[in-house]
Parts: sequence; structure tokens; C-alpha cells
Amino acid sequence: MQHDYFPRYEPKTAVGRWFDSRLPLTRLMYDSFVAYPVPRNLNYFYTFGGILSVMLVVQIVTGVVLAMHYVPHEDFAFDSIEHIMRDVNYGWLLRYIHSNGASMFFLAAYIHIFRGLYFGSYKEPREILWILGVVIFLLMIATAFFGYVLPWGQMSFWAATVITNLFSAIPLVGENIVTWLLGGFAVGQPTLNRFYSLHYLLPFMIAGVVALHVWALHVTGQTNPTGIEVKSKQDVVPFTPHATIKDAFAMTVFLILFAWFVFYLPNYLGHADNYQKADPLVTPAHIVPEWYLLPFYAVLRAVPSKLLGVVLMFGSIAVLFILPWLDTSRVRSANYRPLYRQFFWIFVAVCIGLGYLGAKPAEGGYVIAARILTTYYFAHFFLILPLLGLFENPRPRPASIADSVLKPADEVSGAPAAAGGVAAPETRG
Amino acid sequence: MTQSTTADLGADAPDAETEATRRDFLLIATGAFAAVGAAAAVWPFIHQMNPDASALALSSIEVDISSIEEGQAITVMWQGKPVAIRYRTAAEMEEARATPVDDLADPVARNDNLDPAAPASDENRSVPGREQWLIMLKVCTHLGCIPLDEAGDYGGWFCPCHGSHYDTAGRIRIGPAPENMAIPPFEFLDETFVRIG
Ligand code: HEM
Ligand code: FES
Repeated sequence: MQHDYFPRYEPKTAVGRWFDSRLPLTRLMYDSFVAYPVPRNLNYFYTFGGILSVMLVVQIVTGVVLAMHYVPHEDFAFDSIEHIMRDVNYGWLLRYIHSNGASMFFLAAYIHIFRGLYFGSYKEPREILWILGVVIFLLMIATAFFGYVLPWGQMSFWAATVITNLFSAIPLVGENIVTWLLGGFAVGQPTLNRFYSLHYLLPFMIAGVVALHVWALHVTGQTNPTGIEVKSKQDVVPFTPHATIKDAFAMTVFLILFAWFVFYLPNYLGHADNYQKADPLVTPAHIVPEWYLLPFYAVLRAVPSKLLGVVLMFGSIAVLFILPWLDTSRVRSANYRPLYRQFFWIFVAVCIGLGYLGAKPAEGGYVIAARILTTYYFAHFFLILPLLGLFENPRPRPASIADSVLKPADEVSGAPAAAGGVAAPETRG
Repeated sequence: MTQSTTADLGADAPDAETEATRRDFLLIATGAFAAVGAAAAVWPFIHQMNPDASALALSSIEVDISSIEEGQAITVMWQGKPVAIRYRTAAEMEEARATPVDDLADPVARNDNLDPAAPASDENRSVPGREQWLIMLKVCTHLGCIPLDEAGDYGGWFCPCHGSHYDTAGRIRIGPAPENMAIPPFEFLDETFVRIG
């Protein structure tokens, strides 16, 4: 994005100048988070990137202190969690922040992702930005999975068993891969120990990819609800104070929700079975993943074949990688795509439906429903999106971001069409 | 280097060309050597994750089965996995035998004591002369949960995780599991002991 709308960093002191000519770190920060121009019409859905960054920090800080008390051993892990809950000063608080923090992290990530789907954030020229986001999402899933194994309760143990066994579906080498992942023939001490190592590692890798994600963002600039690129200084405001304050307000509201869970419903999102120590001889009657992975679990169970189930489950995330090339419409924002807007909300409902079915036993009508919704999920990407771009008649878009906010609504939607006399072919598809 | 330059260089040309070829060779050889070296250096980092010597050492166990009555079963741990040892009733065996092999989802016996291609008849799920004994890894072949005993539509095992039903010979009948539950290598040492592994 053009970056000369607002005055750039200017060191004011001798020390500042000395430092700036040796390591322009302050300059980087200033130009990225103070003078950086953001579209003036961003709504609250655009605050979740900032919320996600803060959640990552929350998880890392609480995680590092939990690690001072946690013991990654099959005989002691479960007890060390109880020790954290009962004996460690404020241990209960730190653990509840960390375990509910994971849920909040995913809640924010889902809102962030669906924001992207609605406003067409993945479209040219933001494909790399989008793909980096999907990479972060995959790393988050892996991190949360490894973390969930650490308390070594019944759910921990059986989630580890079921998820690692997914790889046994790979032809020929599947069994060897599972043994390699587990470090044994079943989930045990080697498994717990390595999952702990990886659980500690991955969040820092996430932080690295986040840096790339933000870098890519600052190259292309943000989208905005109109989907029209920034054209002049009229269209933007400086990041600070505008975005800073808006992000801070949204964050505060989000943290209130977070605190409500931590203090009043700390176990609401978890499973009682996980307060039972891992028992390799007994599988709990209903094993289900945490809420944020339920839709993918529903896809897995919808398919009667083991290999295909696993392929579709990973495919349901992998499809996001190629989304920029599946959506053929040149109009970015759903606000101007009357049909896509409806399909978007159907898609949201389908994802929630899959989440609901993922929590139900895999039998009878639930399985049939899961099959229908799974089919629709993939049809959305492979049929509906490519075709919509060709057949949909987009609504006329305002000439610029500034126009869309400064002119009355009827004038905005009427103006461009009247001006050129064209509901022109170039606005279509 | 283009054709014309070569011509211009006249008598020096062949020399220059030999030089270039030798350098190319050295470059490629060095590169290949470094690549092989890097690959070899990665292997210890990968292989360390495989089961270690102590895990591999626990490869066989001996179990006292003298107290198991007909219709009873015990579960023992072998290589970190539960093994069901079931002394089956005549009725259970009859039920399993009445099922044609063609009706089975997985037609292979999955019995480590027999030929890998042996059909999944009830006889092939145990060893000759001891057909009443079913000694089987009680691990669902779908994603590794432990099925419940004497449950499911076929009276054998039922896996609650994703709904796989096994019959009284531990063979998969319906559900997402692809294979019959595995029979580990075992040997009856005498009337009292069986060795698994
Ligand atoms: C991307 C960020 C992270 C996510 C999404 C995440 C997620 C989780 C989850 C879901 C649990 C299980 C909570 C429970 O049921 O008790 C957990 C546990 C744990 N995590 Fe993390 N975590 C993250 C970062 C970290 C970091 C950076 C560390 C630092 C070492 C860490 C250390 C731990 C420890 C020691 C436990 C076991 C204690 C417990 O279960 O409360 N985590 N994590
Ligand atoms: S693990 Fe048994 S049905 Fe999936």
C-alpha cells in the first residue's frame, strides 16, 4: 500500500538519530503501527487480527509459567495439573486462562477467517497473506492438540490415540508412521514427552509466521468493507490513534467475555472425562474433541471409508489454500454480491451444523446429516464459488472508500452506474 | 558461452572449455556430496523418534490362563496395548461359524500365526486344536479405541468411538473400521501358560 499519506518516523533526539542509523527498529514500529494508513471505513470485524496477536501472547506467557510446574511424565502429569490447581499460588487462574485462552483464540480465529471469506480478503493481491493465515490456523490446531494431551486425562489420552491413528490410513507406510509419531506401539511416556516439546515449540513458530503475515499485510494493505482499494489520502486514516483505539476497545470487550469464562464457567468448554486420569484399558463412551475442532471431526466420521474420511478431513482445511483461485468473481466484498452473500450465510450455517453433528454420536440420522453437510461444504468451494463468479450480477460499487462513507447511501449506489451509463461488463464476475 | 565467442578465442578455446567443464563437475560433485551429507545428518533426528531399545525389549509376555472359565475373558497388556484372552462358549463359536466368509467386510484372517493371506473363517481366528480360545488385540482397527466386550449388533465387540461392530470372532461387520482385530503371535506353552509375542 502507498505509504506516504502520513508523516513517517522522524527521530527527535540525538540518541534517537544515533540508534535509527544503526538499527531502524523504532522506525519500523512507528511506520507500521502509527503512521501506517488504514482504510477509514473498517468495522469491528477488522479488530480480530489485533485480538489474535494478544491471545498468542497470553497463551505464551501463561504457558511458560505453567511449564514451571507441569511434569511431562505419564505417572505424574495428571497429578501435576491437580498440583497446579490446588497448591501453586494462583495456579488455578493461570491454568484456567491458558485452557480457556485456547478456546478464545480459536473463537477469534474463526471470526477473523469468516471476515476474510465475507469481504473477499483472499483475493488478488492478498493470496500469500491468506495462505500464511491458513498455515497459522494449521499450526494452531496442532498446538492445541498437543496441549490438550498434556493434562493426561482420559480425553487427552484417547484424543492422542485417535488423532495419531489417523495417519495409519496412509497406504503402505501408515503403521510405521504411527509408531514413529508415538515412539512406541501405543500412546505412552515417549508420546507425552515429545508432545510437550512440540507444544512448547509451535507457538513460537506461530509467532514467526504471524510476523510474515503482518509483513504481507503491510505490503498489500488491508481490505475494507467496500472491497475497493485505497485510492487517495481521503480514503485512509493513520493507524494511531484511529485503529489503535478501536482495536483496544474491541479487545476490552473480548477480554470481558474471556474473563467471564475464566471466572464463572472455567470448565464449561471442557469435558468432565478429562478430570479422570488416562486409562489405556478403557475408552470413554463418547470421545469428542474440543468444540473448535468438531466440524472437522464430523467430516471424518461422515465417511464410511477410513482413508477417504481422513483425506476429506484434511481436505476441508486444505481447500482454503486454493480458495483464491476457486472464487472467480472479481468483486471482492459480499456487500456487493447479492447471491454470494446468501451462500456465505448458508456456508456459515453448514459449518455450525457440522460442529453440532461432530458432538453427536456417529449413528443413524446424525451420520446422514453429516454426509449431506459435508457434501455441501465441498460443493461450496468447488461448485458454487466458481460458478457464482460467472453468473452473479454484482451491485454497483461506490467510486471510492471516501465516497461510500461521505455520500448518502442512495447516491453512492446510484452514482457510478449513472455516471458511465454502464452496469458494465467489467463490473460483472 | 556462445558459438561466436568460442570461434573468436581461436586456439585458446578448447582449453577454456575444458576448464569450464571441470569446474562444473567440481561444483556438481561438491553439491551432491553436501546434499548426501545433509540428508545423512537429518536421519538421527528422525530416527530418534522411533521406539527406543527399552520399548522394543518388552516384546513378549507369559500369561496364566488356568483360571479362565468358559464364557469368561481377561485383558492383559502387551506392548502397551490390551490383548483380550477369551474362552469362548460353543454358542459364540457356532454363531461365528455360521457366517460365510463372503459376508465379511474384511475377508483376511489377520492372524500372525497363519499365512498372511488366510481367509477370515472362524477357525483361522485361533490356532488348530485350541479353537475355543480367541486371543486378540482389543484395539479397534479404525482409530485405535478399545471396543466394549459383548456388545454391538453381532454380540462380539462394539467400538463406541465411531460405531464399529465386531462379531464373536472379532471380525469387523459394520462401521468405519477396515480390518478384523489383529491376532498377535502366541503359543500355548502348556495347559496353564500362553506366551504372547
Ligand atoms: C498457540 C498457543 C497455545 C495454545 C493454543 C495452547 C493450548 C493448550 C491447551 C488446549 C492445553 C490444555 C489445557 C487443559 O485442558 O488443561 C494446554 C496445556 C498446556 N500448555 Fe499450552 N497452548 C499454547 C501455548 C503454550 C506455550 C507457549 C507453552 C509454554 C511452554 C504452553 C504450555 C502448556 C502447558 C505446560 C500445559 C499443561 C498444563 C495445562 O493443561 O493447563 N502452552 N495448552
Ligand atoms: S476407533 Fe473404533 S470406530 Fe473409530
